[in-house]
Amino acid sequence: MAVGVRTQDLRKVYSSAPPLGAAGGFIARGDAKGSKQPKAQIPALDGLSLEILPGEIFGLLGPNGAGKSTTVGVLTTRVRPTSGQAWIGDHDVWKEQAEVKRLIGVVPQRPNLDFSLTAREILVFHGAYFGIGAKQRNERADGLLEKFKLTERGNQMVRGFSGGMMQRLSIARAMMHDPQVLFLDEPSAGLDPQTRILLWEIIREYHQAGKTVLLTTHNMEEADALCQRLAIIDHGHAIALGTPAQLKASIPGGFLLRLRFGNQTADLLPRLQSLAVVREVRAADTTGLDVYADRGGSLIPEIANLAASSGAELSDVHISEPSLENLFLHHTGRSLRD
Amino acid sequence: MNWKTFGAMLARDAHVARRNAIQLFMQTFLQPLLFVFIFGKVMVGSGYIRGEYKSILLPGIIAISMTFTGVWAVAMPLIAEFQWTREIEDRLLAPISVGWIAIEKVIAGMLQALVAGLVVIPLAWLVLRPGVEISIGTPFTFAVIIVLVAGFSACGGLALGSSMNQQHIGLMFSMVMTPMIFFGCTYFPWSALNKFPYLQKAVLINPLVYASEGLRATLVPRFEHLPILAVIGALFFFDVLLLVVGLRQFEKKSIT
Repeated sequence: MAVGVRTQDLRKVYSSAPPLGAAGGFIARGDAKGSKQPKAQIPALDGLSLEILPGEIFGLLGPNGAGKSTTVGVLTTRVRPTSGQAWIGDHDVWKEQAEVKRLIGVVPQRPNLDFSLTAREILVFHGAYFGIGAKQRNERADGLLEKFKLTERGNQMVRGFSGGMMQRLSIARAMMHDPQVLFLDEPSAGLDPQTRILLWEIIREYHQAGKTVLLTTHNMEEADALCQRLAIIDHGHAIALGTPAQLKASIPGGFLLRLRFGNQTADLLPRLQSLAVVREVRAADTTGLDVYADRGGSLIPEIANLAASSGAELSDVHISEPSLENLFLHHTGRSLRD
Repeated sequence: MNWKTFGAMLARDAHVARRNAIQLFMQTFLQPLLFVFIFGKVMVGSGYIRGEYKSILLPGIIAISMTFTGVWAVAMPLIAEFQWTREIEDRLLAPISVGWIAIEKVIAGMLQALVAGLVVIPLAWLVLRPGVEISIGTPFTFAVIIVLVAGFSACGGLALGSSMNQQHIGLMFSMVMTPMIFFGCTYFPWSALNKFPYLQKAVLINPLVYASEGLRATLVPRFEHLPILAVIGALFFFDVLLLVVGLRQFEKKSIT
């Protein structure tokens, strides 16, 4: 039976530097003994409540430092929340850690493979940690090596593996004990396009087997292609939630025209606002305006005329179609890549 | 408690230790055996040191080998696995509570320390013979002592390995291990410090003192040594203390 995931009002404040990708990074021990200055309080999660339904592919989308990895860290028992609660199925993540760990598989942001073992041993020992019998874990390891195109390298130590191979092996390892909920933290970061497609296929296939998948990404294309529902996260809380289509439809007009001016006049904003197809105009930087409208390129002549008649000099226009990137920009005033 | 997971993690550590056996062997035994050769063979043979020194040296060498092995076997992999590669993560995510993962590391380290102790006895004996007389007159006491020595070394490894970063490994050996070995009554019996009363008291905070003296008490009881009960009590105290500190540090380091 598929298992859901839930968090309620999760808060996390790091008193030392937060780990680099909470689940997969290192612990920076900046709190050296004897340092007199008060520890920096770095809030990573600020009241995050989410409900991920059993059997869905759910995406956490947000820029670096938004709290995605910390969320995954809390849900996978690796980060202790400052307050709030989290559940995997009916199990409280903090009170029933061993049961929770049995239900989840985790692919960290950076591969954390056991460098003392060969690729095949990594899978086989992982199976053993989860109490899978010898015959079954050997068969499953061979199957996964085959599926992830690693059979030829199975008996080699992983130290010499490329980043993409390590990433594939990390995913194979996470699937080894057939977890009900699969967490993938930035799964396609650093993968070549071919491997990314393979990864997407594997995630979809895993989902079709009735499993729940939670992935974090700052890649809109990935979120759009894979996720059934998305939460957009910024500064530790969800700023938007829904299917990719719903979220895109929530952007006023859908099209975003980013206008930049050599010099800008005060009456330009209200005049642009009065155009029939324009839904919203926002000042951006000091010399720019962001126009949300129902049309894209065909609106340019009107804008250019309007600018000319009000004495403003248009220096740059960028048109983007409805996208999650625009959505993020609409909610936060910042680009995902900022 | 999940014994299957615990057993699988022990099997993993045994597998890795087997794979690195030759390297571990050189690391553990080369230095003590060279010491045995120079001081026990060359210096004694040329008459600079009295012959009975051989029998005093041997228990100390066993204590050093066991302590070094236990600390090394637990601390070094922990330091490496907690660094940026976070290799330990796959065990932290195994269905078992975090404390048991630390205890598994301690058990694996103790086993390696015991093997080191049992291997170095015949090796050192071979280098030193003839003229070294050891006998295990009280096998039960001997067993208790070597298990406690293995325990303190592995728990010490847990405490050190969970408190230190990679860049401090050199410092750990020069600031912790080296003074511990030299002031650990390994190369001389505790009674040799009779003429240095302050130093004789001060070294009692060093757990290695009890390891060396305990082994002396069971292997070469004819030489003066600390009372066995005091040795067992002190070793037990250090085992518990280092285990508690080690577990605390390990949990602190594993969960952010």
